[in-house]
Amino acid sequence: MTPIDIDALAALVPDGAQLALPPDDSLAPCALVRALVRRSPRNLRLVGVPTSGYAADLLIGAGCVASIETAAVTLGEAGTGPRFAAAVKAGALRVLDATCPAIHTGLQAGEKGVPFMPLRGVLGSDVLAHRPDWRVIANPFAADDDPILLLPAIRPDFALFHAACADEAGNVWVGRRRELATMAHASHASLVTVERIVPGNMLHDERLAPGVIGAVYIEAIAVAARGAWPAGLLDEYPADSAHIAAYAKLARSEAGFAEYLAQHVHNHPARTAA
Amino acid sequence: MSADIAPQERLITTIARLITDPSAPPARHVAVGMASAIPAAACWLLKKTGHSMRISLLQRQTGGPFSEGGRELFDLAGQGRIDLFFLSGGQIDGDGNINMIGTGEWPGTGVRFPGSFGSAFMYMMTPRTILFREEHSPRVLVEKVDYISAAGRSAPDVVRRGSAQALVTGRCVFSFDGTRFTLASLHPGETCESIAANTAMAYVTPADVPMTPDPTPAELALLRGPVCEEMLGTYPDFCRRVWGRALQENIA
Repeated sequence: MTPIDIDALAALVPDGAQLALPPDDSLAPCALVRALVRRSPRNLRLVGVPTSGYAADLLIGAGCVASIETAAVTLGEAGTGPRFAAAVKAGALRVLDATCPAIHTGLQAGEKGVPFMPLRGVLGSDVLAHRPDWRVIANPFAADDDPILLLPAIRPDFALFHAACADEAGNVWVGRRRELATMAHASHASLVTVERIVPGNMLHDERLAPGVIGAVYIEAIAVAARGAWPAGLLDEYPADSAHIAAYAKLARSEAGFAEYLAQHVHNHPARTAA
Repeated sequence: MSADIAPQERLITTIARLITDPSAPPARHVAVGMASAIPAAACWLLKKTGHSMRISLLQRQTGGPFSEGGRELFDLAGQGRIDLFFLSGGQIDGDGNINMIGTGEWPGTGVRFPGSFGSAFMYMMTPRTILFREEHSPRVLVEKVDYISAAGRSAPDVVRRGSAQALVTGRCVFSFDGTRFTLASLHPGETCESIAANTAMAYVTPADVPMTPDPTPAELALLRGPVCEEMLGTYPDFCRRVWGRALQENIA
């Protein structure tokens, strides 16, 4: 698989697409999201797997997002995603509040190709009360009363993430972040940035193979050194918490957010490094 | 002595004592979720004192406890392999309900909190939950939460392994018996009256309420040294606020 340019990768996302995004601490595709903001698609439907942070907040602030299904939009110690909170307040964003294991379970149903899966807990939560697409049924295997939640399968159009490396065969290595494998399996296609391309085929390496997402799931790859920044990447580089704190402060106002975009998104068409 | 103790240090040692409370069901495996600096520090403190329980700290960029991705915590909890977890809330009420969603019209047009994370599941699947919230005010400890992220109690036919064990705040500790909170201890400077003035949620005040014990000098030395070292990468802002450690000090 020949890598393409990151802007060409972003151009594969049409208006209205449903995009699955990992949280900031799990291979967040931040450079790709900046490229996406430069292209500025409309009416995206985001899925936080199971939460999102900087990436979702940037897309929401840039006016690219119609809805988000997520268990949280968080910048960690820097608090709630500020553009997310502002959009909720303004009524400009449809939020499908979820809880972490509900998203994982919906994606697991998606990767199996079954229409739904059950999950314990959640009963009594207002999250459930506001999800008419979720159902509570009587456990058909129980002798006594046993209400249990059913979650519909989640099948996003695209999974977006930033991995440590891809090989010449188009396999992508995510290591222990296996929720990204579930996310990629459940999605119709994955758009991936990587730090580097390595020679050979990682599926032929018994030690690397368990951390691989096979090329069958991968639509296209772009190389983006430090492509998770300002999030961190595994043991390769830590999160830039000073930058995230500065973003959180600036993005409290629309003007500050515009300033951030001008400085860190539009001013650097091929920006990939801190 | 107590003037030298940071309020957060007292909360950390208080939580460490609750974790090891011999009267509670055994905590063989304790997990700590995201945005939980004080519980994480309490677990590190127990680890540094040689405690043998299994402690799984989720918010680590490297060297984390799981190999099956973000869902493994929830799969473990679903099976009953996690005995104790920690939750907080933008609002908490006297039924033990927590709100991590927001205030105002759904889904939070007043103040929007980050979201419910795994609370709607974890609160019901773990036998013990320690609630923690530094801010102790009538806007946090409310009569009734605006929205329930995770319910404090469940109907009898609903599968549930446990409820809150206690609620630790910046002013006091409340115990929870599955139905209601009881004022269990007061941090320095607080009285039953000051707690009442700052609490809108229902709770019981017994005749005698002890003071929350101070951290011991040995605990303080561990917190300020090896525990802070372990925390710097994950909670830089917390370490700077509480222990005056620089943001990027250990990230080279």
